[in-house]
Amino acid sequence: MAGTKLVVGRWDGPDTVLAAARAARAAGYSCRDAYTPFPVHGMDAALGLEPSWLGKACLGFALAGLTGALGFQFWVSVFDWPMNVGGKSFSASPALIPVAFELTVLCAGLGTVATFLVFRGLSPARRPELEGLGATDDRFLLAFAPEAGAEAGLKAFLLEHGARDVRELEAPR
Amino acid sequence: MSATACKLREPLVDGHKSCRDVSEDVCRIAEGSPTRLWYAGLAASSTALAVGAFLVFHQVWTGIGVWGLNKTVGWSWDITNFVFWVGIGHAGTLISAILFLFRQKWRTSINRSAEAMTIFAVMCAGVFPLIHMGRPWLAYWVMPYPNPMGPLWVNFRSPLLWDVFAISTYFAISAVFWYFGLLPDLATMRERASGVRRRVLAAASLGWDGSHRTWQHYETVYLLLAGLATPLVFSVHTIVSFDFATSVIPGWHTTIFPPYFVCGAIFSGFAMVLTLMLIARKAVRLEAYITLRHVDAMCKVILLTSMIVGLAYGTELFTAWYSGNPYEQFAFLNRIRGPYKAYYWTMVFCNVVVPQLFWSARVRRSVPAVFTMSLLVNVGMWMERFVIITTSLHRDYLPSSWRMYHPTFVEVGTFVGSFGLFFTLFFLFCRFLPMVAMSEVKGVLDHGRH
Repeated sequence: MAGTKLVVGRWDGPDTVLAAARAARAAGYSCRDAYTPFPVHGMDAALGLEPSWLGKACLGFALAGLTGALGFQFWVSVFDWPMNVGGKSFSASPALIPVAFELTVLCAGLGTVATFLVFRGLSPARRPELEGLGATDDRFLLAFAPEAGAEAGLKAFLLEHGARDVRELEAPR
Repeated sequence: MSATACKLREPLVDGHKSCRDVSEDVCRIAEGSPTRLWYAGLAASSTALAVGAFLVFHQVWTGIGVWGLNKTVGWSWDITNFVFWVGIGHAGTLISAILFLFRQKWRTSINRSAEAMTIFAVMCAGVFPLIHMGRPWLAYWVMPYPNPMGPLWVNFRSPLLWDVFAISTYFAISAVFWYFGLLPDLATMRERASGVRRRVLAAASLGWDGSHRTWQHYETVYLLLAGLATPLVFSVHTIVSFDFATSVIPGWHTTIFPPYFVCGAIFSGFAMVLTLMLIARKAVRLEAYITLRHVDAMCKVILLTSMIVGLAYGTELFTAWYSGNPYEQFAFLNRIRGPYKAYYWTMVFCNVVVPQLFWSARVRRSVPAVFTMSLLVNVGMWMERFVIITTSLHRDYLPSSWRMYHPTFVEVGTFVGSFGLFFTLFFLFCRFLPMVAMSEVKGVLDHGRH
C-alpha cells in the first residue's frame, strides 16, 4: 500500500530525469508522477502510462456536432420552415455543409478541452501539487509514494541516479 | 546543454539561454514597470480606439446613412475592413496549428503573439458586420434560436449565415487554443508572483503544476486542436469568399475565390505578424527569442503566398478574357483602367512586385527593409479587398445606375478605430501575459546546439 509520505527527487535537465525514471522503473520503484517545465518525451513509457484516450472523445464530440448540425438544419429546411427558393429542393444538402462543418469543429474542440479539464481536475479552485519546487521553471521532479520503511533506500537510489536533492513531503490528497 | 553551435542548423534561440533564463526574460516584461515606448503606444492606440468608439456611437445613433454608400455600391469599406481583419487573423492560426503539425519548431517563439493577433483581428472583423446591421442590439437575430414569431429560422442556405457560424467558431476555437497554450506559462508566472497577483494567476492557471500525467493528455489535446484548427482556417476564408462567389455580380462570381482568398489571407496575416513582431522584439527586448531566422522564415512564406496571389490575379484576367462573357471582361478592364485603377495598380505593386525583393537573403534579414515591406503588403491587401468589392459593384449591368463611391469621415474614422482596438488589445497583452510560449521554447533550447 502506498504510504502517506512522498519522496521527491529533483533533476536539472530532461535527459537526466528521464534516465532516472527509467532506472527506477527497472529497479521496481513505482513512480507516482513526474513534474516538468515542458513535456519530456519518453516519459510516458518510463512511467508506464497508457496512451491518451482523448482522441476518441474528440471523435465522439465531432460526430455529435456533425449529426446535430445536419439533423437540425434538415429539420428546419424541410419540415419546420420550408422555403421555396426558385423551386430548389428543400433538402438540397450541399448548402448545409458549411454550417455542419463549423459545428463539427466547434463541438469537437470545446468538448475535448472540457473533457480534459474535468478528467485532470483542472479548475480555478485547484491547488497545484508540489508547488514551489521549480517544476514550472527549470526543475524536473520525480515523485514516489514508497511503502513505509522503504524511503531511505529510495532516497539513496535517486541520489545515485543524479538527483540534485531529494526531500520527503506529506502526500497531497 | 552543449554550448557549441551547429553548423547545419542555426539555434532557434540566441545567446545560449537556459530554462531559467527563458522564465526570467519572458516574465520580467509582465512583472517590471512598462517602458515609455509602451505608454506612448497605448496612448496612441487608445486615442484611435476612442475616436472609433465615438464614430460607432454616432452612426448607430444617426443611422448608417452617414456612410458614403449608395444604392449601387451597397458594400464598400465596411466589408473591405471585415475581410481585411479576418485575413490578418489567418496567419496566427497558420503559425500555431499548421506549422505545429509540420513540426516547424521555429514557430515556438512567435506562436503566442500570433495567436493573440488572431483573436484581436477577429474581434476587429466582427465589429463591421455588427455596426452594418444598423441596430446592433438585435445582432442575436443572426443565430437560430427558438422564438415566438411562428416557425421562423435563419436561412441556412445563405452564405452570410455560413459566415456567422464560420467567424464565431473561428473566434471560439482560436480563443480556446490560445488559453490552453497559456496554462503552463500562467503557472510559471504564478510561482514567481505574490499577493493578489498570485491569487489571480492561480485561478487563471487552473492549478497547473507540470504533472506529466497532465502533460501527456495536454499534448494530445493540443495536437487535436491543431488538427481541428487547420481545416478551420481554410474553411473560414473560403466561406468569406462565398459571400461574393455565390452572387451573380461580374468580378465576384468566380470559382477561384476560395483558394485565392485563403492565400491572400495568409499573405496579409504574415505581413501583420512581421509588423507586430518587429516592433515588439525591440520594444520589450526579445531579440534573442524572435531572431532574424524567424524573420527570414516568415519572409519566405510571404514570398510564396505573394506569388500565388499574383498567379490568381493573372488567372482572373485570363478567365475573364477566355470566358468570352462581355460583362465579365468589362468588370476586369474597368478594374485595370477604370476610375479605381490607382487602387488596382497599388495592389499589384504592393502584393506582387514588392515581395519579389525577398528573393534576396540580405533583404530578408534587414529589419528596416522587412518592416517597410510588411506595411506595404498590408496596404496592398487592403486595396485588394477594396478593388474586388467596390469596383465590381459600382458599374454593374445597368449603366444608368453606375455610381462612384467615396468614403465619409465616419468610415475612415471607424477603420482607424479598429486599428486602435487591435493595438490597444495587443499592448495590454504584451504587458500582462507571457508573450512567448515559455514551456514550448524551453523544449527547443537544445535545437542546433549539439
